[in-house]
Amino acid sequence: MDVSQYLEIFIDETKEHLQNLSDQLMILEREPDNTDTINEIFRAAHSLKGMAGTMGYKKMQRLTHDMENVFSEIRNGTIKVQPEMVDVLFRGLDALENYLDVIINSGDEGDEDNDDIIRDLNSFLKGEDGDTSVSAPKKQDVKEEKKKTTEESDETSVFKNMQVADFEQHAIQKAKDEGQNIFGIRVIVDENCILKAARAFLVFKALEEIGDVIKSIPDVQDIEDEKFDQEFTVLIITKEGEEAVKDTIMNISEIAKVIVEAFDLELTVEQNIEKSDTTSNTQTATAKQSTATATATDKKTKKKANDKKTGGKPVVNRSVRVDIEKLDVLMNLVSELIIAKNGLVSLNAGGGRGESKNNSSFNEQIEYLERVTTNLHESVMKVRMMPIESVVNKFPRMIRDLSKKLDKKMELYMTGEETELDRTVIDEIGDPLMHLLRNSADHGLESNEERVKAGKPEVGSIYLDAYQDGNNVVIEVRDDGAGIDLDKVRRKAIEKGTITEEQAETMTDNDLIALLFKPSFSTADKVTDVSGRGVGLDVVKSKIEGLGGDIECKTVRGEGSTFTIRLPLTLAIITALMVELGDEKYAIPLGSIQTIEDIPCSDIKYVQSSEVINLRGAVIPLIRLDSILDVEPRAEQPESLTVVIVAKGEKLAGLVVDNLIGQQEIVIKSIGKYINNNKIISGATILGDGEVALIIDANTLV
Amino acid sequence: METGNKNEVNTTVSSEGKQYIVVKLGNEQYGIDIQYVDNIVRMQNITRVPKAQHYFKGVINLRGEIIPVMSLRLKFGLDSDEFTSATRIIIIKLEAQATIGIIVDEVKEVITLNEDEVEKPSYNENDEKSAFLYGVGKHGESLISLLNIAGVIIEKEKDKANA
Repeated sequence: MDVSQYLEIFIDETKEHLQNLSDQLMILEREPDNTDTINEIFRAAHSLKGMAGTMGYKKMQRLTHDMENVFSEIRNGTIKVQPEMVDVLFRGLDALENYLDVIINSGDEGDEDNDDIIRDLNSFLKGEDGDTSVSAPKKQDVKEEKKKTTEESDETSVFKNMQVADFEQHAIQKAKDEGQNIFGIRVIVDENCILKAARAFLVFKALEEIGDVIKSIPDVQDIEDEKFDQEFTVLIITKEGEEAVKDTIMNISEIAKVIVEAFDLELTVEQNIEKSDTTSNTQTATAKQSTATATATDKKTKKKANDKKTGGKPVVNRSVRVDIEKLDVLMNLVSELIIAKNGLVSLNAGGGRGESKNNSSFNEQIEYLERVTTNLHESVMKVRMMPIESVVNKFPRMIRDLSKKLDKKMELYMTGEETELDRTVIDEIGDPLMHLLRNSADHGLESNEERVKAGKPEVGSIYLDAYQDGNNVVIEVRDDGAGIDLDKVRRKAIEKGTITEEQAETMTDNDLIALLFKPSFSTADKVTDVSGRGVGLDVVKSKIEGLGGDIECKTVRGEGSTFTIRLPLTLAIITALMVELGDEKYAIPLGSIQTIEDIPCSDIKYVQSSEVINLRGAVIPLIRLDSILDVEPRAEQPESLTVVIVAKGEKLAGLVVDNLIGQQEIVIKSIGKYINNNKIISGATILGDGEVALIIDANTLV
Repeated sequence: METGNKNEVNTTVSSEGKQYIVVKLGNEQYGIDIQYVDNIVRMQNITRVPKAQHYFKGVINLRGEIIPVMSLRLKFGLDSDEFTSATRIIIIKLEAQATIGIIVDEVKEVITLNEDEVEKPSYNENDEKSAFLYGVGKHGESLISLLNIAGVIIEKEKDKANA
């Protein structure tokens, strides 16, 4: 079978399962007796194995299989969860992730066997219980037999489960009188089939061409929603013979098996009574199964596991990660847009008669159009949004590993995982956050002994908080460690020649902190493989600035440090204030604007020969945009200046502009890589009249 | 060059020769390899980009795309452009995602040159402009300087420092 078309789905689902496994393992480590967790782990591992097997990734399958064996023994209570075991299991997960990476890059799983992990896994099985390895296959045998019997009984009683309503009985009776055939058909869809519902639909369509489908189990709605196992049963009235019906269905691809049987009304009624017996039997059988299952190679269990999962939260986080509802809203808006456009077209066509009436309805249509585009914009933005969860959920695991590696006890607390960010930002923000967390774990937190000495709780805490703040999303990485030793920063900077001693004297704490973000600056005395190479914070900073955000750091000696990242909600469309400088138009993102002030020229003061204003007690430097942007200055000096106060974190600056045009939603476009612009210009946008306006990045000016 | 020769050139166009767009810049004629040319548009309003290199006139809006526009004259150290009705912007696409426009005085024609009609200039380390040229093509009576588009567009570090 050509599986390449399923590769993407496989990758997505594997990622999901791996994440799930990792989360659950973390819980398991803390609560070794949590049966829900064990079951969940087992299910995830099992699905993973099945998927890898289907895709032909034998090594991956083998590793998962052995991990699954361990899980299964844990589930049975044969072996207990131990820290070393969790370590090995995590190593297994890492190895699986590596397989996945290789698969993503090359489509092949590579040739790493990971024999050591497999050996370690098996040693747990052997070490704890000498005859597990022997007993496992036995159990399997028993189970398989059981499965066979259930399947057989299933087959003979295809229609026993069928409850036939009165009106259906009438229909059947009538059809019988007319000499038509009535068949019960059990269709088993290929287990690798991805779009079961679509296949089922094809079956129904084919059947409807040759006869009337009068009943199906599960009902049609459920089948359409893919709420069925690999099989479903239908009752059909047709003139065709048994073979013809069978052939029709078998012609549809990905149908594994079709059982067609003549349907006898009386028999069913009789069997309905028997049925209750059989079901109770099967039920006990399955009950036995679930308690006795050791290694579930049984397909049924797998199916059930899958079903439970998909039944619980349908269709989310599949390969198309857009909420259907969001798409529906979009679709509606687009249709409205078309209607609005048509309204304008018809106005145009009917032009001439009644000028004034035309004008008012024209305006009406324009307003309507405006409303639609605004909503459309919002919805598209929402489609681009993703919860930050997908990035941060790998961090608990990382901190756990760091904790072991650094031999420090620490705990990560996360809030606001549901905060949504633009997809582009989400893709990029992972590495910087990881850097910051590693920094906190390595440099920030003191060793356990030091903490106890300082009168702090022994276990260090790292916090990752995300929340929305106006048009920004703020992510804070905080620790309750020692804080940054600013004197050490000062010494180091002098040592490295970054600053002179005189400079060092006059530097404020904030200036010193800013040094940390300079390339190749690390205060860690020794380089560990966790951090300390000095390639950290400057990379973090440039990455975040590349995303249109900024980063700040606050630190209190002895109490810890906080890194605050501020990111724009979306990158593609922003609201901006349009201003005029000379003849040119510029856009200033509204997100960075605090207020707009009218300042009389007489209020301008001079500090160190640069212009400042005193605004409600705050001294704000003035920046003459026209001189920075080399705009021809205006001939006459006005009596007062229009000043746009922009903020970057807590720093403020006043941008002097000639004129305000107004607020507008703009689509950000890049101005290309060839043109050099000293970063003041972050992009360009196209105005309604086709003119280009440049977007000023206020952050670089403050 | 004789007419007979020229005809011969034309017959072997598709298999051997390379096509060039001939543009005028002052008194000189330059050839631009047609495979890089995405479009030729009339002069339009250019939005100045502050602090850019002096030879960048700014950016234009080409059907919703923002494209930086460079003046070939300024890049080559000639007098600044005088925009006339013949002035054109040639939109060059060197690679995906990197489109650029260059201003020329006039677009003359499209010609085909065979390999043997192109003379490679000797490379002179000190002559900055030699990096811009790929060769000199002989077309009939006239000589056409063939532009090395990548050399023209892609900045050298030294240039950046000056700008």
